Amino acid sequence: MFVREGDCLVGRFDPAGASVLHQVMVEVTGLLADRLDRTDPIVARLFPDMYRDDPEISADLRQYTESDLKTAKLEQAGTILATLPTEGGEVRLDDEQAETWLRALTDARLALGMQLGLRDDTDLVAEMDEAVLHDPISVRVAQLSVYAYLSELQESLVEALVG
Amino acid sequence: MDVMAAPQVTPVETPDTEEVPAADRPWVTVVWNDPVNLMSYVTWVFQKLFGYSREKAERLMLDVHHKGRAIVSSGARERMEHDASRLHAYGLWATVDRS
Repeated sequence: MFVREGDCLVGRFDPAGASVLHQVMVEVTGLLADRLDRTDPIVARLFPDMYRDDPEISADLRQYTESDLKTAKLEQAGTILATLPTEGGEVRLDDEQAETWLRALTDARLALGMQLGLRDDTDLVAEMDEAVLHDPISVRVAQLSVYAYLSELQESLVEALVG
Repeated sequence: MDVMAAPQVTPVETPDTEEVPAADRPWVTVVWNDPVNLMSYVTWVFQKLFGYSREKAERLMLDVHHKGRAIVSSGARERMEHDASRLHAYGLWATVDRS
């Protein structure tokens, strides 16, 4: 979790946390590096239509905006991968890097949130209880834990940044 | 308004009570609620991208959260598309619409 130390946002990662975050950002990078599949709901959420009721104009606009947005998202995922020691340890970020981390963490949480089928009224604690009851070593339990971890991490970074 | 206009010509008065035609109405950028983005993060994004005060940013964030959507900026269509693009870069679900 992050705290501010002077001009720096400092995060300390145990090996497990660093490994999870590394893996998640590798997966996001993989998703973005491929040719984007608009029928994939994760892609649709990361690259939303500009006009809600006009898919045609939205598609036209996408020709001009999608490539830049995709490059930016790849770069911000790359910033986490470049600044995070894979074995764990300390991460020191300036404000600009912290903002980049926040955007990258958002992409990762959006992707995971779509995979988990989260809705506005989803109670994450209840979801976790149910998933553990069903099968404690399931993929869903693992994904819910990762999601909770990323949320806590992002919250701490926002708080450390805005003070 | 051009205050340097020559005084010899009497300006033609145009009534300002006319209905604004649909084509001249400004455009708006709308942010929609989603189950993922943190309230603290959304507030920070509104401050960061639009220079809003913490109070205004929080009010807009709460509108998104409780009402499902909020208008975060208004103006020319191209500028709204630019605003929505910037919000997409921060992972917010933004669209452009007629006000």
